[in-house]
Amino acid sequence: MKHLFRNLVAVVAVLGAVTAAQADDRYITLASTTSTEASGLFEHIIPEFREETGIDVRVVAVGTGQAFEIGRRGDADIVLVHDTTGEKEFVDNGYATERADVMYNDFVIIGPEDDPANISEADSAADAFARIAEAEAPFTSRGDDSGTHRAELRMWESAGVEDPSGRWYRELGSGMGETLNTAAGMNAYVMADRATWVAFDNRQDLTILYEGDEALFNQYGSLLLNPERHPDLKHDLAEQWHEWLLSEDGQEAIASYRLRGQQLFFPNAE
Amino acid sequence: MNRMETPDIDTTSLLPLELAGVSFRHRGQTLLERLDLRLERNGKTLLMGPNGAGKSLLMRICHGLLRPSTGTVRWTGKGASGDAIRRRQAMVFQRPVMLRRSALANVRYALAVQGVPRGERRSRADEAIERFGLESIAHRPARVLSGGEQQRLALARAWALRPEILFMDEPTSALDPAAMNAVEEAVQTFHAQGTRIVMSSHDLGQARRLADEVIFLVNGRLMERAPVTAFFEQPRSREAAAFIRGDLVW
Amino acid sequence: MDNAFQTALRLILEMDPELLGIVTLSLRVSLTAVVVASIIALPVGAAIALWQFPGRGVVVTILNALMGLPPVVAGLMVYMTLSRAGPLGELGLLFTPTAMVIAQVILILPIVAALSRQIVEELWGEYREQLQSLGVSRLRAIPTLLWDARFSLVTVVLAGFGRASAEVGAVLIVGGNIQGFTRVMTTAIALETNKGNLPLALGLGIILLLLVATVNGVAYVVGEAARRRLG
Repeated sequence: MKHLFRNLVAVVAVLGAVTAAQADDRYITLASTTSTEASGLFEHIIPEFREETGIDVRVVAVGTGQAFEIGRRGDADIVLVHDTTGEKEFVDNGYATERADVMYNDFVIIGPEDDPANISEADSAADAFARIAEAEAPFTSRGDDSGTHRAELRMWESAGVEDPSGRWYRELGSGMGETLNTAAGMNAYVMADRATWVAFDNRQDLTILYEGDEALFNQYGSLLLNPERHPDLKHDLAEQWHEWLLSEDGQEAIASYRLRGQQLFFPNAE
Repeated sequence: MNRMETPDIDTTSLLPLELAGVSFRHRGQTLLERLDLRLERNGKTLLMGPNGAGKSLLMRICHGLLRPSTGTVRWTGKGASGDAIRRRQAMVFQRPVMLRRSALANVRYALAVQGVPRGERRSRADEAIERFGLESIAHRPARVLSGGEQQRLALARAWALRPEILFMDEPTSALDPAAMNAVEEAVQTFHAQGTRIVMSSHDLGQARRLADEVIFLVNGRLMERAPVTAFFEQPRSREAAAFIRGDLVW
Repeated sequence: MDNAFQTALRLILEMDPELLGIVTLSLRVSLTAVVVASIIALPVGAAIALWQFPGRGVVVTILNALMGLPPVVAGLMVYMTLSRAGPLGELGLLFTPTAMVIAQVILILPIVAALSRQIVEELWGEYREQLQSLGVSRLRAIPTLLWDARFSLVTVVLAGFGRASAEVGAVLIVGGNIQGFTRVMTTAIALETNKGNLPLALGLGIILLLLVATVNGVAYVVGEAARRRLG
């Protein structure tokens, strides 16, 4: 019995130690996308924000679909994603009170260097997608309802390919990096955001085959959650982050981030 | 030698023990058949009989480890309240089970279970260890002791509990002669302190040396109950006679 | 592979503070989960071993089946419970180490309960008559049996620890893999895989393996010494 009691005391002590780290609540939880996290952007800009405001930002990086869900349930204080259509719906449905453009980058179409569908000669992004479907060249899709996945589906639509399917079209249900890993293994085509691609190491034979079309534009937006729905969230701290992202300091911080010599995100707050 | 406390027998004794119409069936087989038995307050009773006669079973039923299928087991002494029935009897098994701790701690554990206060636990355990000559191995892990040492420890553990009745199920059958001798001495020690002894054995010599009376079982039936000399010199049943001659050993 | 071993070695030699934080958190979360789960599951497993009750077979079967509970499912259950919109949302525990401990406790509990049930039941078979003869109640027998089975149970607890420290699905969902706060070895490995930084991911994997092996090794050496002494 004495042992049991001593063990219990130890457990309570350990649990206390685990939870003690949470005592400081000058922080917000940000639900964002894997592309921003994996590219290292947050590691660059959050320390600057913390320096200015004393507020820490804890990033939960998931697909855009899941980020919306986290926001809807009130499990994060603020959301930063890249699906403008979905974001506007999110505001219309009353989950967020405000949405603002923060920055953009672009999607690129990646494939094996020998380019069996010959998309490097395509006239437009839609044409490139049409060529892949025409050649039935292997294509790996995120298939996870993320911002990138949604953008990809819109590209198929504009290429006139209804509901891509068949042995060549592989829907993975994975994050961007895992999808790139799979594409590299299969020598498949894949659409990725430029930031993740630049940060990605396991390229094997993959390379950028098509880029630059305006249709591949990838806009990121910040969403201020609705305090009426979730009064317990740290709306004032979240708003400071939101405002800072849009401020000159925040925008400069974004613009100054370089990975492997490349600028990955282009601020465009109004 | 410390004298064991002798309880005021008339008011605190559990005994006599009365079994009436006790049968035990298991998976359709009758292992004990309508057995009537009364165990009085004093003496050393040996249960004898060939393998499968039901000696161990009968002892477990008496000790309360098993319930009979039919019939009753009653402690009819004046001191037989529920708690006392459990505390005032002990059993030593053919193969003693020792806990994974020191020899001394095994004795103390048994006392702790019975709610003996800590200080008294210590002195009673030490006394029992000493009584059975186990001082040199008191602090050794009980499970690495030899079979004979473990059996002596089991007796010391039972001794510390100061039982009014001690059941022993073939306590010497797995032991070498020296260890067997030590166990038999222990039986006499218990007896000298007034503990009622009920023991099973199929060793005829042991029965002659130790027993006051013999209860002879064959195939789950009580064939014969007689004082030890009468049993060996004038067995009443054919089976007992054969058993004594050494013919009836299955 | 060479590259991965070099990376692992470099990470260990550099004693990178971020890696150190991740390692510490991994150990803290998994060890806490193992201790909490064991305190609950060992007596529960022993009780199931000792008592006969209607539906016992069903309980044993469910426990055995739950040993294979997918971590993601455990994670989702905890997520739904701790989410602001869930029943315990007010505690604000989601995306904290505590949430990760809770998810891992759910994963380990069935393992420790089911295996300790089996071990205690076997020991009870051996001890039963002796303990009953001494007047030990079943309730009193639980600590006795757990103590006497301690060498086997250490292995059970280590199996629980192995599962906790190796799983990624549950802690990723309920912890959120937040840098410097809820990032543990397995979620860091998943992240580096996502970045396509396979040598680093594998290097981290090797370090995780070394950690788990060290914990197991220490437990083995201590256990063997005690076992040899106590028989």
